[in-house]
Amino acid sequence: MIKDITIGQYFPGDTFIHRLDPRIKIIIVALFIASLFFIDNFYPYILVVGFIYGAVQLSKVPLKFILKGLKPLMFIIMITFVINIFMTKGEVLFEIGPLAVTKEGLRQAVFMALRLIFLITGTSLLTLTTSPIALTDGIEKLLSPFKKVGLPAHELAMMMTIALRFIPTLLEETDKIMKAQMARGADFESGNILRRAKNLVPLLVPLFINAFRRADELATAMEARCYRGGDSRTRLNELMLKRSDIVTLGAMILFFGLIISTRYI
Amino acid sequence: MIIDIKNLNFIYNPNTPFESRALDNVNISIEKGEFIGLIGHTGSGKSTLVQHLNGLIKPTSGEIIIDGTNITDKDVKLKSIRQKVGLVFQYPEYQLFEESVYKDIAFGPSNLGLDESEVHIRVKDAMEVVGLDFESLKDRSPFELSGGQKRRVAIAGVIAMKPKVLVLDEPTAGLDPHGRDEILNEIHELFKKEGITIILVSHSMEDVAKLVDRILVMHQGKIVMDDKTREIFKRADELERIGLGIPQITKFMREFKTLGKDVREDILTVQEAKEELLRYFKEKRR
Repeated sequence: MIKDITIGQYFPGDTFIHRLDPRIKIIIVALFIASLFFIDNFYPYILVVGFIYGAVQLSKVPLKFILKGLKPLMFIIMITFVINIFMTKGEVLFEIGPLAVTKEGLRQAVFMALRLIFLITGTSLLTLTTSPIALTDGIEKLLSPFKKVGLPAHELAMMMTIALRFIPTLLEETDKIMKAQMARGADFESGNILRRAKNLVPLLVPLFINAFRRADELATAMEARCYRGGDSRTRLNELMLKRSDIVTLGAMILFFGLIISTRYI
Repeated sequence: MIIDIKNLNFIYNPNTPFESRALDNVNISIEKGEFIGLIGHTGSGKSTLVQHLNGLIKPTSGEIIIDGTNITDKDVKLKSIRQKVGLVFQYPEYQLFEESVYKDIAFGPSNLGLDESEVHIRVKDAMEVVGLDFESLKDRSPFELSGGQKRRVAIAGVIAMKPKVLVLDEPTAGLDPHGRDEILNEIHELFKKEGITIILVSHSMEDVAKLVDRILVMHQGKIVMDDKTREIFKRADELERIGLGIPQITKFMREFKTLGKDVREDILTVQEAKEELLRYFKEKRR
């Protein structure tokens, strides 16, 4: 149920994708997202599908696992689809009551839904193949040049590490509290939206209380171990770019450059 | 028979790298009015098994029959199962959410669709069972109570549903010795008075030895022993091999016997040990 959420989850492995430097992976995903928004027709999507498929195959993450991550977002994708299909003006294909389905609308709806699906699968591949620690290390390193202009890179990375670190804990706890309230006859699955929202109170109140308590304890525990923030902190595993990282980055810049350029030809 | 489990299997996260077999062909039958102890190492599958009993987890394969209904059937009403089998989780005080003790305990019975006067009676009774004073505590916020009192409010919340089977997952974890004894005594009173079936999951061999009639021992998802309490603690070597132990007093009497003293070794409580030792010394003097 709650464990179906795979966004932000790490899928352990030792493949080429897993070993890639986290900074490179973050840059590639940024390029991927940017190029998705440059695409204005269906043909470049073939390249995108190829890219995602290739990356999934290389990472040995089961495709089913990635598709499962789409499930919780299906609602948003559906809304986008429906709004686009009815709200775009153009050549009318058929009408349902006051709503007209146009040829352009249909095209736009499919186009937008696909864009969202690619966006989610592509980015979830980053978190699936990069451990949270590596991910935040990568972000910290990428942001460190901005320290000079006062950006608290280390603090941001630390906050992200903590947030990511507590996702499984909170999910587990949500699951536990949900079960405990279900054992007392609570119902989280039926009723209209209003009723359901009300039914969430027995879940959310304990969850918030426990989260605050845990935050307090964590802060104390960090302080007890003399945590003072980023200055002059050294690390056990320094990130080092390998030759393969640079080659991959180069190849990916060319690849996404090609995709972006399709907009202008 | 109130609980009958046949060939129960459960696998967590099947077909992922996290796959793990939590229950391996479990078969148990429990009669009405039994007081059962469920012991096992951390990760032996106790909690998973217990969550199957009221349908919180669906088995990968196998059957669970509670009081005549097969709860693995698709069209079975989960609410009625949850009313029959009350489950108190570990650290249940972390589930409290209402603004008053009364409302929190009333949550379960109200969900069963009982009318207000019945709910009122049940809340009052449940608070009495766990030793909380109704008048002085009912309007207090559960969050301002002490740890032991919070724990009791949470247990009362399940007792108020009047289950036929009460499952308690480590009800005394993290309590001081005094609070632990009190809660265990209250559970024992409830067992004697109401004649309900109780399953106590515990790490404390002392608690189990003192209270239960029969023990189920779990190891790596399997039920490896299922016998009367006294018989189980005779098998100390086997228990130690799977990382469990026997009560301190039982261990003491066994060692005493190895010194060549003619005493019983199936002693479970300090009281029993005292009587046995007095008998031994009296006979020796003669």
